[in-house]
Amino acid sequence: MEMFVLSFTIFVLALFVGVELINKVPPTLHTPLMSGTNAISGIVVVGAIISAGSGGMDPTLASILGFIAVTLATINIVAGFLVTDRMLNMFKRKDS
Amino acid sequence: MFALINISYLTAAVCFILGIKGMTRPSTAVRGNLIAATGMLIAVVAALLHHAVISYAGIIAGMLLGAAIGIWLARSTETTAMPELVASLNGIGGGASLSVAASTWLNAIAAGETPTAGWSIAILASILIGAVTLTGSIVAVLKLKGRLGDSSRKRLWQFATATSLAAVVVAGVLFIAQGAVSPLILGALVALALLLGVGLVQPIGGADMPVVVALLNAYSGLAGAATGFVLENQGLIITGSLVGASGLILTAVMCKAMNRSLPNVLFGGAFGGQADDGPAQNEDEFYAGKVKYATADDLAMMLDGARNVLLVPGYGLAVAQAQHSVKELASELEGRGAAVNYAIHPVAGRMPGHMNVLLAEAEIPYDQLKDMDTINPEMPQADVAIVLGANDVVNPAASEEPSSPIYGMPILEVHRAKTVVVVKRSLSAGFAGIPNGLFTRDNSLMVKGDAKAVVQDTTRAIKEL
Repeated sequence: MEMFVLSFTIFVLALFVGVELINKVPPTLHTPLMSGTNAISGIVVVGAIISAGSGGMDPTLASILGFIAVTLATINIVAGFLVTDRMLNMFKRKDS
Repeated sequence: MFALINISYLTAAVCFILGIKGMTRPSTAVRGNLIAATGMLIAVVAALLHHAVISYAGIIAGMLLGAAIGIWLARSTETTAMPELVASLNGIGGGASLSVAASTWLNAIAAGETPTAGWSIAILASILIGAVTLTGSIVAVLKLKGRLGDSSRKRLWQFATATSLAAVVVAGVLFIAQGAVSPLILGALVALALLLGVGLVQPIGGADMPVVVALLNAYSGLAGAATGFVLENQGLIITGSLVGASGLILTAVMCKAMNRSLPNVLFGGAFGGQADDGPAQNEDEFYAGKVKYATADDLAMMLDGARNVLLVPGYGLAVAQAQHSVKELASELEGRGAAVNYAIHPVAGRMPGHMNVLLAEAEIPYDQLKDMDTINPEMPQADVAIVLGANDVVNPAASEEPSSPIYGMPILEVHRAKTVVVVKRSLSAGFAGIPNGLFTRDNSLMVKGDAKAVVQDTTRAIKEL
């Protein structure tokens, strides 16, 4: 239970950090912001890796779900970061 | 080792925060994105070192498959289709959280553990939010693509949603109270939550999809945070809540720009009733003989003498893929000494910032993109304001007619410009389903046609002048 309270504290504090931070992002960059946050929400890949890798060689329902999760989270990470980079470079080249 | 892995997750979370901080300015945003990607790499390496990981075949296969699909998606998606891509990625993230939670629970049950109530709640939250995000996003993508129309049987969907919600609550209470339940109950919960996701998004009109996409973005983050509670991984909790906060803020921005509350968007369908009372006939009467038409040549003549030109892009610009033609026209006008600016309404297009990305793709400098609050006071100075495929966001009824369903919605006040030229394929109503008084104003002209074709014709005509 103590662990839960600690985690919940972190959750609430991180929400406040997020609100403060994201309020400063200009509307021009809102689309790349969304695809960028898509990419970092792929962090569930750390849970997916443990699910997919802890089953040994015999495929169980749990390890199959883990494999699906790794695939989905990797799509999120790779597509998210690449497409964000592509968009941001369109904005950047106007500086020079 | 355990401490090292957890510190790695914390490092990743810090990288994500710094990455988003980089996104507060266009000049530092690319670097910010790279910092975030580095954080992700650190987290993945740390997870691979986890003591529970004993076989790598499934992990590597999943990563290769996911990376291939991801690269293909990122390369092949047009900037006009960004809303669909972001909505798809929301759903994929939700699906990943759902799978991780279900898999972790199955492993715990197989190992003979009895889950605590708190842990069961975390599993439940992760599965519910993940599943709703998954199917809700699929419906949103189909609506954005126009493959799925707006439902004529709203009541039926609302009934289905309420029923599945009630069933989810019952099954959820059972799940938490019983601790170690049969996997069948978990399966039923997943199925119910998937149905709930469809039922929640299906009755919402296609016009409100920008809000829905932003909200699902928040859900995908919150699902990740819930997964963090399941795994007792604070790095995941921090990251998930960052994404959740981002989605919630964007949702609030979009709602404010439409002057509607979130519950109204999600459950109201306020515009639905207005569109049903025979708009076609009303429109004929409304516009009869009052709309003045012009051609691309007339527009070219007008622009030839203009010193201050304002371009107002809307979803029609994205549909016509006219961004590069617009840039060409703007360069031609600037070459003749005119000042060209772009007025961007917060809900123009189908997602926050959609127009900005399109115009950036055409290499239009972002300091020429003005938001609503900046440009409205300068509106009377504009010699010509050209509305390209926008409708409701320039409807003066929003500020002048208290009886209008969109009254109170902040608009771009183009009717205060010296001349307004509306480029539009037809007089048909916008998303709100109401006629637009702007088209009948004395200072307003309409050029009928596809945005791209009209802009190209105009550029050609100006060059010939």
